[in-house]
Amino acid sequence: MEGEFINTLRSIVTVLGLVCFLCICYWAWSKHARAGFDEAARLPFADDDLPEHPAEKEGIKNA
Amino acid sequence: MQSQATYNYKVVRQFAIMTVVWGIVGMLVGVIVAAQLVWPELNVHEFLHFGRLRPLHTNAVIFAFGGCALFATSLYVVQRTCHTRLFAPGLATFVFWGWQLIIVAAAVTLPLGITTGKEYAELEWPIDIAIAVVWVAYAVVFFGTVAIRKVSHIYVANWFYGAFIIAVALLHIVNSAEVVVSWTGIHSYSAYAGVQDAMVQWWYGHNAVGFFLTAGFLGMMYYFVPKQAERPIYSYRLSVVHFWALIFTYMWAGPHHLHYTALPNWTQSIGMLFSLILLAPSWGGMINGIMTLSGAWHKLRTDPILKFMITSLSFYGMSTFEGPMMSVKSVNALSHYTDWTVGHVHSGALGWVALVSIGSVYFLLPRLYGKTEMYSTKLVNTHFWIATIGIVLYIASMWIAGVMQGLYWRATNTDGTLTYSFIEGVKATYPFWTVRLVGGALFLVGMLIMFYNTLKTIAGQKAYDAPVVEPAAAHA
Repeated sequence: MEGEFINTLRSIVTVLGLVCFLCICYWAWSKHARAGFDEAARLPFADDDLPEHPAEKEGIKNA
Repeated sequence: MQSQATYNYKVVRQFAIMTVVWGIVGMLVGVIVAAQLVWPELNVHEFLHFGRLRPLHTNAVIFAFGGCALFATSLYVVQRTCHTRLFAPGLATFVFWGWQLIIVAAAVTLPLGITTGKEYAELEWPIDIAIAVVWVAYAVVFFGTVAIRKVSHIYVANWFYGAFIIAVALLHIVNSAEVVVSWTGIHSYSAYAGVQDAMVQWWYGHNAVGFFLTAGFLGMMYYFVPKQAERPIYSYRLSVVHFWALIFTYMWAGPHHLHYTALPNWTQSIGMLFSLILLAPSWGGMINGIMTLSGAWHKLRTDPILKFMITSLSFYGMSTFEGPMMSVKSVNALSHYTDWTVGHVHSGALGWVALVSIGSVYFLLPRLYGKTEMYSTKLVNTHFWIATIGIVLYIASMWIAGVMQGLYWRATNTDGTLTYSFIEGVKATYPFWTVRLVGGALFLVGMLIMFYNTLKTIAGQKAYDAPVVEPAAAHA
């Protein structure tokens, strides 16, 4: 009896995992997420990390 | 120190330098064990025997070289993309010295024969406990820094580094559960028995590949490839799906290490199935990295650091195609226990992990010492070509050797007896072990060139800590 319960639980968790992943895919491709993604993708370029060329990489930000 | 707040580069510098040092040590031991296979007379003493040095090689290259590269890059990336200083810098210092002490303890105990016998988890219980403590401190520093970030987004590289930190803690603690049988002799037995022990071990082993050697280095890829290519990642959306697909599938693939064993058949099949599914996220990530260069391919001609990174992604794509293929049971029946596996591992370890680490360290070193580039870009280029030729020699010889061994072992006469004795397969492998030794030695030479270049770059330079950039400037 107990064995059946744990197996049912395992099946439910597996199915929920798949559903959760599909929801993430749907969200990632939704228009809603787009602006945030663009902003996040520019994070590595938000500053210049080379000590001697402060403004050189200005163009990158909008690439 | 400057009056303005600066990033904490000290711990990054320490780990970056030690990446080069431990890389040389670990790869030197690798070359020695490769030579011992060609010339068995080199097994001169029990401390220096193949069986003792081989785990020293794997631990040194994975946890000392790869580990230091991951610590250095993650602590750099998390500060810069969160626009804040490191959380708990004292704890970060503890992580550095703790990790070095653990590496030294491994280098002493493994040759002495003190081992649990679990592959990639050979270190005995006192060192296991030390690893857990240092790892938790690392998690506090990393996630603490994410928590005090000055920007709203958590950049995708930090997601990969974060998953690597959490998963490795989970894997290490579960697989290291052991019963201590000698407090003075430092000896223990696994808390699990029989096939469960084997399954826990390869759940650990494969996810060490998945989270230590993949997720962490993908974090590196997602920051350093866009930085060096000077353009944002090809598709941020794809990186999000890439991340979650890896998280949901990797944990299931371990049983492919136990095909045709006492492990239940259905478990083996699930392991194979999930290994095949893994091809999709792996190639998604590889394409995302390589396509970041679209429109800027010309940079590959002149920039050796970019060569390291893009070649590493090509090897990542190759080995993540090869891996699922080898997990198919009928292919595994030929490849398992042969040198093909060794070739596959090194296609990933030298081709992917080492090349992306070397590229990232070349990116970091000048920035950590207030310079714009390495002492010699030409030597970086030389390193790239020597390393790449070394890898090709290594993996090609091991592929041939592996397939050949598999065919020798499976050949049967019409009456069902074996056609070849085991030693005939060993004799046939000698030439390929020699080629492998040459390939490995070339890769080591590349690391020595890197060491020279590193010394020349930092000689006479003062350590440099860049000022913290206010996030507002990001949207200027």
